[in-house]
Amino acid sequence: MDDLKGHRRSLIVSSLFAERTGTRGAIVGTIATIAVLVLVGWLITRSSGWQVVQDQFLNWDVFSDSFPGIAGAFLTNVIIFLSAEAIVLVFGLLLALMRSLRAPIFFPLRAFSVIYCDVFRGIPAILLIYLLGFGAPALQVTGIPRSPLFWGIVALSLTWSAYVAEVYRAGMDAVPPTQEAAARALGLNRRQAMRLVVLPQAVRHVIPPLLNDFIGLQKDTALIAVLGVVEALRQAQLDSAATFNFTPYVAAAVMFLLITIPLTRFTDWMISRDRRRRLGVAR
Amino acid sequence: MSVALATEGLVKRFGDRTVLDGIDIELREHEVLALIGGSGSGKSTLLRCLNLLETPDDGRILLDGVEIGGPGTDLDAVRRRVGIVFQQYNLFPNLTVLRNITLAPVHALGLSRAEADERAHALLERFGLHDRADDYPASLSGGQQQRVAIMRALAMEPEILLLDEITAALDPVLVAEVLDTMRELAQAGVTMIVATHEMGFARDVAHRVAFLKDGRIVEVGDPRQLFTSPTHPDTREFLRRVTDAGRL
Repeated sequence: MDDLKGHRRSLIVSSLFAERTGTRGAIVGTIATIAVLVLVGWLITRSSGWQVVQDQFLNWDVFSDSFPGIAGAFLTNVIIFLSAEAIVLVFGLLLALMRSLRAPIFFPLRAFSVIYCDVFRGIPAILLIYLLGFGAPALQVTGIPRSPLFWGIVALSLTWSAYVAEVYRAGMDAVPPTQEAAARALGLNRRQAMRLVVLPQAVRHVIPPLLNDFIGLQKDTALIAVLGVVEALRQAQLDSAATFNFTPYVAAAVMFLLITIPLTRFTDWMISRDRRRRLGVAR
Repeated sequence: MSVALATEGLVKRFGDRTVLDGIDIELREHEVLALIGGSGSGKSTLLRCLNLLETPDDGRILLDGVEIGGPGTDLDAVRRRVGIVFQQYNLFPNLTVLRNITLAPVHALGLSRAEADERAHALLERFGLHDRADDYPASLSGGQQQRVAIMRALAMEPEILLLDEITAALDPVLVAEVLDTMRELAQAGVTMIVATHEMGFARDVAHRVAFLKDGRIVEVGDPRQLFTSPTHPDTREFLRRVTDAGRL
């Protein structure tokens, strides 16, 4: 029994080791990956429906025809998520700060923040997009924009601000109270302590989960298609309807991946850099 | 020499526990007062009251003859004049050593960057950490971090410096460098109250030593007298235990 355990441990140790040792590990890893890919590819291409799927979803001609149009429409997604992200960064922080106020006089602000986060995290984004996108313009109040694009951005901002407020709050909670005490003990007032000591550390903690939420937000921009805004998904729907082929959807998916994968990689890199710095390895 | 800081009948309660039970102290300019006593005797709470990190429940604190701590006191103004260094250095991990030291002078005193930098570099030079100015705290040893924390407090040029068991969290080998720094401050005439378990330091450096137990000052006096012939039985008992533990 002990032997078995020892054997298993040595297997684990050697596999971890292989991950670190350069060439040999790399060769083994590459061979294993290729083998799996070949096997999966072989299984898929052997399936009876493969010809149909290939023609309907992976049609190169349709792809190359529709991709430029979808990429152009994706610019709308970019506008949507950049605007929403800018709003979310500020509004989410405001919500978190409201919630951190301690004095009794600020109770209404604190209560607003709590209720806001409960409500807007509880409503599915697509429902809010429907409600605002069709409801707000129907009010016909002068001065209120009627563009579905505008209300789509508002809906996404409202939803994601609630998530991001929670992220900020967790980040502020993660800064030890002794940090604020040290700042106050030096004669900095509460606002300075917050702005100069707590928030910079909190923001550092929250950048990875924040970018994570941004990846979610960027994918949610496709939901605005329900309002008829011609963005990547809507364009793909139009192309698909015109060609009786699903490949445009694959093209739209590729467009999203082109944006989200680099952001994911960047987030991971930030996390590891941050960890190195906190542990005092990097200068 | 004039009285820099005094308390009269200071009382602090946490819930129904009385942590400080009528403390009277008088600290003169350029004096080093050591507070000794077991854990929970009230040393830290006393220091935290003195720069108003805690609000006393009763009694008065006089800073340079003027009462502080009443309603309407500008807490930040008091804290600029009374510096404190904690057991856990509490440096700001996201700032370099230099920026740790200059943060409060720039934002609380309104010094220019250049003036604050000059102050910080002078301190770093004086305490032998000049080559670490641009490093982050995490890359420093505990002793170095604590010395930076002392410099951070000194950069405010406080009238009084409170040191709250600042060697208690350090490896024994690192204690010496921090004690050396404290000795230098005493020689330079910095007015200090030092809560400490380092009896050797209290005996050799402090001008007066106060022994605290259960939130009261049991005995206060000249270190030579207090360490060699304590008058109160509680002080004798405490010193006997410290001696048995090899700490004196």
